[in-house]
Amino acid sequence: MPLIQVDTLDVTIRRRDGTPVQPVRGVSLCVDAGETLALVGESGCGKSLTCLAIAGLLPRRARAQGRVVMQDTDLLALPRRAARLRRRALIASVFQDATNALNPVRPIGWQVAEAIRLRRSVTRAEAGNEAVRLLGRVGLPEPERRAREYPHQFSGGMNQRAMIALAIAGRPHLLIADEATTALDVTIQAQILDLIADLQAELGMGMIFVTHDLGIVAQAADRAAVMYAGRIVETAPVTALFASPRHPYTRGLLQALPRVDHDGRPLSTIDGIVPPPDRMPPGCAFAPRCPRVGAGCDATIPVSQPLTEAPARSVACHRPVPLSEEV
Amino acid sequence: MMLQFLATKTIRAALTMWLVITFVFIVLRISGDPTDILLPDDASDAVRNFYRAKWGLDRPLWDQYLSYWSALLTGDFGISLRNNLPAWDMVMDRAPKTLLLGGTALGFSLAIGLPLGILAAWWRGSSLDRAVMTTAVFGFSMPNFFLGILLILTFSLHLRWLPSSGSETAAHLILPAFTLGTAFAAQLARFTRSAMIDVLTKPYMTTAKSKGASEARRVFAHAVPNASVPIATILGLKVGELIGGAVVTETVFAWPGLGRLLVHAVAVRDLAVVQAILILIAATMVATNLLVDLYYGWADPRVRVGRTKGARA
Repeated sequence: MPLIQVDTLDVTIRRRDGTPVQPVRGVSLCVDAGETLALVGESGCGKSLTCLAIAGLLPRRARAQGRVVMQDTDLLALPRRAARLRRRALIASVFQDATNALNPVRPIGWQVAEAIRLRRSVTRAEAGNEAVRLLGRVGLPEPERRAREYPHQFSGGMNQRAMIALAIAGRPHLLIADEATTALDVTIQAQILDLIADLQAELGMGMIFVTHDLGIVAQAADRAAVMYAGRIVETAPVTALFASPRHPYTRGLLQALPRVDHDGRPLSTIDGIVPPPDRMPPGCAFAPRCPRVGAGCDATIPVSQPLTEAPARSVACHRPVPLSEEV
Repeated sequence: MMLQFLATKTIRAALTMWLVITFVFIVLRISGDPTDILLPDDASDAVRNFYRAKWGLDRPLWDQYLSYWSALLTGDFGISLRNNLPAWDMVMDRAPKTLLLGGTALGFSLAIGLPLGILAAWWRGSSLDRAVMTTAVFGFSMPNFFLGILLILTFSLHLRWLPSSGSETAAHLILPAFTLGTAFAAQLARFTRSAMIDVLTKPYMTTAKSKGASEARRVFAHAVPNASVPIATILGLKVGELIGGAVVTETVFAWPGLGRLLVHAVAVRDLAVVQAILILIAATMVATNLLVDLYYGWADPRVRVGRTKGARA
């Protein structure tokens, strides 16, 4: 049984003028303990909203429907307080902008200790010591002194380390990293990725890793789910996905990626723009931009189906790329 | 470093006080001759000149200014031209009443304005939010004299629950404190709401939620400490106003405070008394703002550290 199973998740946002839009539609995914699922896609494709819905952090105007099952419990069906307590024990999140994701008027150590005290019954002093230990564990130099400092005294990378300490403080089963390394320098990015991988191995956490950077996917994830316009269009183990993408959108993304072994070939782009959530085409959302578009693509929305030749993969496409075609 | 911070602030406060005292002194001297008002219209020039000499008004301005200062530094605020009492004693006679009224009004505004502002922000867009904000518009757009008279008509004349004038008992305090505090409570509610809304949309509030903190904990342990910094700023500005600006309310309720004394003293050109009151009000403002500055340093580590470590990019 997977650690988390998300079934047909919709996120609906009521706009200020009252009209609803649905930026996440029918998203299904699962993550096993110790596994990393990368959620990939362009900005605005719904990957962050999917994570916020799973972690129960959606803004008040947004509603999640569907099922988010962990430990045989559908988190979306629980009353608010029960859902908060259940998530508190199971899920932790790391965000993109760590410097702003930490409270500017509270010492770093206080913020980590709070996370510990919220999830475990320990004394204030024990939580303080544990916070210092965790800050040391995530690689902050002089953790005892640093624990008394504030976010504005830290660099972005140090704040992200502190944020990670805060996230693992409650020993979560699932860690959601939403663009956790996007704002960092490349060298720091690599260090943070290593740290997260270490901690994941140590704690056996399942992980959802949101990124728009395919390079990071290749490096950090076991499986990847590609999102386009609010839907998951393709799910596959990372190696298989990179070797033979089946969805034309995935292939377009990979062809837009610079590669050392394809010297001299111009990078391609995907023409057109993502349709906004309130002006979705009737059929496949990618059809207007798709090089393989054909009859029927604009009639019905393609359903995500496991591939007969590779049951671990699934693709939502009327005219998937044949296996024989290389990137 | 804390000492340096205090020293800078104290020097700045002293400079402010000097400017206020000088300005008040000069404006009062050039705005008219007290003998015109204090003496009968038919007083002879000889009498006028006698009083001018007695009060030192015949001397050059700079000479008057210097002797005023040398007296001030020994704690002598001058003698009331009107009734020959020391100006400072007259002021100190009234100050406790004003402090009582202003303090009660301030406490009332805080007790009403802060919680309503916080609730309205947390439930923004709800009917509670709309109700609070609509009431607040009424609260601060109602002039004090009007609200005061309305309250007297209702609670003194009709219901006969509360006295309409004087300051003898605690019951006398209720109506004027309510009148004086309502407008500020309304402003405070609106300001608290917008300060809180600004904070509630910050990413660190999402982090607090992701920790699984309860709503109360998110509001009071995370949002309020951040929102308190801008709120302290307007508190600092308003405290002086509650002390010095109660003239209308004091008049409506015949409250024997500084505001009424000031208006009266200005009307009769009682120079020493006007100066003493303005110095006291200025000192209150300067002291409150000093407290607010100290609060910034305590509440916001970015202010504190910025000062102890020098400028950081």
